[in-house]
Amino acid sequence: MKILIDEGKCVGAGTCVLAAADVFDQRDEDGIVVLLDDDPPHALLPQVMDAAARCPALAIEVVE
Amino acid sequence: MDHIVLVGASAAGLTAADTLRREGFTGTLSLVGDELRIPYDRPPLSKQVLAGDWEPHRSALRREADLQQLRMDLRLGCRATGLDTAERVVTLADGDRLGYDGLIIATGLRPRHLPFGHDLAGVHVLRTLDETLTLRAQLQAGPRVVVIGAGFLGSEIAATTRGLGLDVTLVDVEATPLARQVGTFVGGLVADMHRDHGVRLCMGRHVTGMSGEDGRVTAVTLDDGTRLPADVVVVAIGSVPATEWLAGSGIPLGDGVLCDRTCQAAPRVYAAGDVANWPHPAAGGRVRLEQRTNATQQAITAARNLLSGPEQAVPYTPVPFGWTDLYYTKIQTCGWCPSDATVDIVDGDPEAHRFVALYKVDGRVVGALGWNNARALRAYRSQLAVSVAA
Repeated sequence: MKILIDEGKCVGAGTCVLAAADVFDQRDEDGIVVLLDDDPPHALLPQVMDAAARCPALAIEVVE
Repeated sequence: MDHIVLVGASAAGLTAADTLRREGFTGTLSLVGDELRIPYDRPPLSKQVLAGDWEPHRSALRREADLQQLRMDLRLGCRATGLDTAERVVTLADGDRLGYDGLIIATGLRPRHLPFGHDLAGVHVLRTLDETLTLRAQLQAGPRVVVIGAGFLGSEIAATTRGLGLDVTLVDVEATPLARQVGTFVGGLVADMHRDHGVRLCMGRHVTGMSGEDGRVTAVTLDDGTRLPADVVVVAIGSVPATEWLAGSGIPLGDGVLCDRTCQAAPRVYAAGDVANWPHPAAGGRVRLEQRTNATQQAITAARNLLSGPEQAVPYTPVPFGWTDLYYTKIQTCGWCPSDATVDIVDGDPEAHRFVALYKVDGRVVGALGWNNARALRAYRSQLAVSVAA
């Protein structure tokens, strides 16, 4: 699984962190998403897909 | 279930479609939207799109290829005009009748208008992408702009148009911008920010009229007699749920579509997004949320509940979350931030333009607001989630 982030779209809602805290965090200064693991284990796929689906800015793309 | 109809082709409708496919629904999926454009997102309209920083296609909710993967019967430029819940049929403006086994209503909002002025050229509302592009084109002449309404949308439009170097006046009946949304303490900070950037504020003032010449707006008049010269006026005084098409359908209507706690409005009929009104345990009554995050979250729940059936349906109890971007400042809210709440700064400092404030009613924390402090706010959001669940 590969995760692509569009920082220019991210609005810093942190929804992704609430959905998959092992994979996403936020920059302290502006809340923009930080990818902790760009190729996480397959077991995390449901959480990562949920994070992408719930992102209010559609800034996360998951390539299976 | 063989045929599901989704009415409303914006964030909630499209998320419902996504969710239904992801949950394994293989039947026919009809998505009905009254605009001709492929579904697009609204938060960028008053900011990046209006500023000209984003071309319209960047606000699309899905690429064409991703839309095709959803295998939808896509009915764009087509308005739903009626619903028969006994026959399970949605009627469309083009005369078609769509039978359904399941229906999700996601028709969103329509902007409120003033009782005068909207017949004049130069007077705008901003809800759709086309309205945004029309306004953007008008701004290129460097006009004097008056924004009526200093809620989230009006404040964003004032900030964006001021960012284009225009002469901008912001008018509201409340004492500060965002007073109804987050109270006058934070509203006062927003007022300072507008003034620092050169926006003229007329707070606590009613608009009593608009004048024009040759059919084009020339001025806005206030209740104290002030006459604000204007070439462009944007009216951002709130919105009403788009439920006219449901009149006489038997669907319970009030401030939106009145659902139960699982987002169900009638057997096999659910609602999601700006139009949905449902009882929320943490609010002590019914709520309707005009927040982008709610459109997605509620559509996911409504779609799952439709598929699972009422026996397995789960209640929808989100922690509300919203945001606005003004100049270089990001303001985020979670929970409820009522104007009569006590506001305590618990992290950072307003002087330093970075803080978290907690909103308390009767000593109980009901919401939190972050000012340029997204990551810190998240911890408080989690606390609110626990209190909602408890």
